[in-house]
Amino acid sequence: MAAYRRMRDLDWPMLILALVIAALGILQIYSATLDSKFDTAWWKQGVWLGCGLLAMWFMSRVDYHTLLGQVPVLYGISIALLIMTPLFGAMVWGSKRWIPIGFGFRFQPSEFVKLVIVLLVARYLAELRSDRLETRDLLRLTGLVGLPLLLVAMQPDLGTSLTYIPILAVGIFLGGPRWQHVVSILVLAAVLMPVGWLVLKDYQRARLVTFMDPMRDPMGSGYQVIQSKIAVGAGGMWGKGVTRGSQTQLRFLPVTHTDFLISAFAEEHGFVGMVVVFGLFFLLLMQIVQNAQSAPDRAGMFICMGVCALLLFHAIVNAGMAVGRMPVTGIPMPLMSYGGSSMLSIFMMLGLVNNVRLRRVVS
Amino acid sequence: MRIIPSERQPDSSITKPLVRDETKFAAGKIAAFQWIVVGAFFFLLTGYWDLQVRNEEIYNAKALQNQIKSLPIPAPRGKILDRDNRIIVDNHEAFKLILSRENLKEEHIHPIALGLGLEPDVLEARVKRYRSRPTYFTIPLKEDLTREELTFVEAHRGEDSFSEMELIRSQFRVYPKGGLAGHVIGYLGEISDAELNSPEWAAYNPGDLIGKMGIERFYNEVLKGVDGQRQVRVDNRMNTREILGIKEAVPGKDMQLTIDLDLQVVAELAMQGRRGAVVALDPRSGEILALVSAPSYDPNQFVGRVNSRDLVALMSDAAKPMFNRAVQAQLAPGSTFKPIVAIAGLEAGVIDENTTVHCSGGASFYGRYFKCHKKGGHGTVDLHKALAQSCDVYFYTAGNRLGIDKIAEYAELAGFGRKTGIDLPGEKEGTMPSSKWKIRALREKWYAGETISVAIGQGAVTSSPLQLAHAIGGLVAGGVWMRPHIVREAKAATAARRADLKTENVMKVINGMYAVVNEGGTGGASRIPGIEFCGKTGTAQRISNKLMDLGKHGDEYKDDAWFVGFAPRSAPEIVVAALWENGVHGNLAGPIVRDIIKAYFDKKARSDKKRPLNVASVQPPPAGGR
Repeated sequence: MAAYRRMRDLDWPMLILALVIAALGILQIYSATLDSKFDTAWWKQGVWLGCGLLAMWFMSRVDYHTLLGQVPVLYGISIALLIMTPLFGAMVWGSKRWIPIGFGFRFQPSEFVKLVIVLLVARYLAELRSDRLETRDLLRLTGLVGLPLLLVAMQPDLGTSLTYIPILAVGIFLGGPRWQHVVSILVLAAVLMPVGWLVLKDYQRARLVTFMDPMRDPMGSGYQVIQSKIAVGAGGMWGKGVTRGSQTQLRFLPVTHTDFLISAFAEEHGFVGMVVVFGLFFLLLMQIVQNAQSAPDRAGMFICMGVCALLLFHAIVNAGMAVGRMPVTGIPMPLMSYGGSSMLSIFMMLGLVNNVRLRRVVS
Repeated sequence: MRIIPSERQPDSSITKPLVRDETKFAAGKIAAFQWIVVGAFFFLLTGYWDLQVRNEEIYNAKALQNQIKSLPIPAPRGKILDRDNRIIVDNHEAFKLILSRENLKEEHIHPIALGLGLEPDVLEARVKRYRSRPTYFTIPLKEDLTREELTFVEAHRGEDSFSEMELIRSQFRVYPKGGLAGHVIGYLGEISDAELNSPEWAAYNPGDLIGKMGIERFYNEVLKGVDGQRQVRVDNRMNTREILGIKEAVPGKDMQLTIDLDLQVVAELAMQGRRGAVVALDPRSGEILALVSAPSYDPNQFVGRVNSRDLVALMSDAAKPMFNRAVQAQLAPGSTFKPIVAIAGLEAGVIDENTTVHCSGGASFYGRYFKCHKKGGHGTVDLHKALAQSCDVYFYTAGNRLGIDKIAEYAELAGFGRKTGIDLPGEKEGTMPSSKWKIRALREKWYAGETISVAIGQGAVTSSPLQLAHAIGGLVAGGVWMRPHIVREAKAATAARRADLKTENVMKVINGMYAVVNEGGTGGASRIPGIEFCGKTGTAQRISNKLMDLGKHGDEYKDDAWFVGFAPRSAPEIVVAALWENGVHGNLAGPIVRDIIKAYFDKKARSDKKRPLNVASVQPPPAGGR
C-alpha cells in the first residue's frame, strides 16, 4: 500500500486548482475588508488554508476504508455534537451554530457533519452491492441523513442543513432508484413544500419571498440581493479592479467577505473573472469526477461523487444567490468565502477524494 | 445475499472482496452527472452574463446612484435690523429634513410621510413636481424638527432603512415675541401651489420657504441668499467618504430697516385693543419710522410647520389680523383731506387767507343741502379758522370753486389715487376721483354736486394711512414727496416728486394745522408742551347719511377716526397718520399720533444730550503727576 502514498501519486491537479481558487478567495477577502473591522480576515483565511492542507494530508493518510468502518461511531459523535450545539453553543446572529472551543475559536459541528454524511452515504450504498435500490434502504438512508439534517435545521441553519441533501441525492441517483422512487420523491417534495413554509421562520420566509420579488422589501430582506446584483452588474466585462469596486468598498454590499464574497469578486474582476473562477471550479469538479470513475470500489466512488455534489451545490447556491437566481441562504462559496470551519471541512473532503485516488487501480 | 448495513461487522467490506463492487455500473450516470455540472455552470454564467455584459450600464448607474449624494448647504437668511441696528428678526440653528432624490425609492414615500405626520398624497405630489428638476435637487420635507421627529429620522436612517432621508443643519427664523412689527416684517411660509404656478415664483420649488408678507416677501430674493451644494461620496451608512465638490452658500443679506423700534413699540401700544393703523415717516427722506396695523398676528406661529388650525383662525377672524391696514386699507380720509383742498385752493387762486365763508351749520349746493359737522355753524370763517375748526362749509365752498379736476390734480400730486411705491407687498392705491376717473371707472359723467363731498374727504375718495402720511408729509415739507421706504438702502432708488408750491401758501396750511392742536382747534387734546405739533383731525363716515337714517347704528358703522400730525412746525421731521376704525371722532385718534411724536422728540433730546458726553469720553484723560 505504501507505494500508493508517494507524493507523486497525490492528485496534484486537484490540489493546485483548489489552491488557486483559495488564493483568489484570499485576495478578494483582502480587498473586500480593506479598512473595515474585518481587515485581518485575509491572513486568517491564509492560516486556515494552511490548516486545511494539513487536514487534507491527514485525511489522505488514513485509508478511507478505515474511516468507513468508523461510520457508526462518527455518526454517533455527530448526533451528540449537534444535540450539544444548542445547549452550549454561542448565539451568533440569532442562531446557535458554533461551539466555543477556547482561545477565541469556535467550532461549527454542522460543517464536519457533511464529511460524516459523505462517508455514511458511501458506506450504506456501497454495501448494498445492488444496481437497484429497495424502498426499505431508501427510507433507511433518508432517515439516517434526515436526523442530523433536522438537528441542524433547528439551530436554525437551514442553509447548511440543505447541503446534506445533494450528498444523499447523488447517492440515490447513482445507487439506482426505481422510477417509482423518483416519482414519489418528487410528489413528496411537492407536498412537503407548503408544510415547510409553515415550519420556516419569518426571516426565512421573507428570504424566499424576496427571492421571488426582491423589490418587495428593498431595504429589508431584499436589500442584500439588490445590492449584490448592482455590484455584479457594475463589474461589467472586465471588472473595476482590485479594491476599486464601489459597492464593495463603500459597504453597500452586505457581508462581503463571507456570503457575498463572490459578488465582490464579480464587481472587481468582471465577467472575465467569473469565467475564470467558474472554469477553475468546473475543472476541479471534473477532476473529482474523474477520481470517482477511477475509484477502486463503489464506496470510493460514492465518496468522490458525494464530495463533488456537495461542492457543486455550494457553488450553484452561493453564486446563484449573488445574481438573484437562488434565494439568500448562508451557504458560503467553497474555498473562497471567509470561514475556518468551511475551509477545513472542504480540504478534509478533498483529502478523502485524494485518499480514494491513492488507492485506485492503476492500469 | 444482501446484508443490511446495521447487521454487518465493520471493515467486512474491505477484507472480503465481494461481488458487484466495481464502479462501472454507474458510468452512464456519472457521465450524466458531468452534464449536470456543465449545465449548472452554464446556468450560473448566463446569470452573470445577463448582469455584467447585457445590463452593465444599468447597474453601473445604480452603483453610482448608491454612492453619490448631493446635499444642499442652506444659506442663512439675512437678519432684519432696525435703524439703530437692533436685531428685529434673528435666526437660530436647528435641523431640517430633506429627501435626497438621488437615493429616493418610490415605495418609501408612504412610510416616511406617515412617520413624520405628513399626508402621503401631498408628499407624493411634491415628489412628482420635482420630476423635471435634476436629481441633485433635494426635496425639503420638514423644517425646525422637533425632538420626536428627530428621533424618527435617526431611527430610520442607514443601510436597511430610508437612506434618502437627510438631516442638515439650517437656520430658522426667530421673530420678536407677540408679533411686534408683524406687518412690517411679514413671515416665512412654505410656497403654495398657487404661488408655484405664478411667474413671480417660477424659479422656486415645492417645499421652499418664502416670505409671505412684509419685508420677508418684498425682499425675499435679497434675504434668502443662494443655497450652496455639496456633492459627496457616501458609504452604506451615509457617512461621507469623500467630498467631490462644494459650492458654498451665499448668505442672505442683512437688512437695516428705517423702523425705529422705540417708536414702533409706542405706536403698537397706542393701537392696542383698537382696529386701525399708524404710519410714522420722516417727510425729508421718506423713511418709515413706525408702521402698525392692528390687530396684528404673531409671525412665530408660522415658523416651521404652519398649524393649519391657527391659520384658518387667523384668516377667518373678522378683525382681519392678516390685513395690513397701513398700506391696504382704503377708507375715506374725511377732514384730514382738507389741507390738500386748502393748498389746491390757494395755489389755484380760488381762495386766499382773507377769503371768508359764512357757516350756519350747512349750505346748499346744486339743489342739495350739505351739513357741517357743527350743528350751530362756525359763523364767519377764514382759511385759518376753517382748518382749525374743520369747517365743512368753508371747504364745500372752496371745493366747489376749484372743481373736481383741480382738486384731483393737487391730490394726485400729493399721492392720492396712486401707490406710494413703498417697499411692502400688497399696497393699494386708493381712489382719487376726477371726471376722467369717473368716465373710466363708471362710464358716467361727473356731477358737480359730487365735488362737494370730495372736498371734505368723503364721497369716492379713499386713502390708506400710508398715503395720508405721505401726502401731508410731502405737503408740509414744501411740496417734495419722497418715496416712502422701510429698508434703508432703498433710499437710492427714491425719486422725489416735486410740486412748485408757493412757500407762503404752504405756511398758511401749516399754520392752520398748528391751530388745530394749539389754538383751540379740533385736536386741542393732543397738545405737547414744548413741541410745535401740528395736525388735522378727520372723522369719516363709513356709510352715507341715507343709510344712517335707515337705522344702521351698529359699532361697525361708526365713523372712522383719523389724525394726521407732524412736528416741528418749521422743517417737519416726522409726520404720523393714524386711523382708528370706528373710533367715532378724529380728535380721539389725536393722542395716538401725539404719543409717537412725543416719543420721537424725547428720544431725540436724549441722544442730543448723550452726544457731547460721548465725545468727552473719547478725549484722552488729563495726564496726572506732572
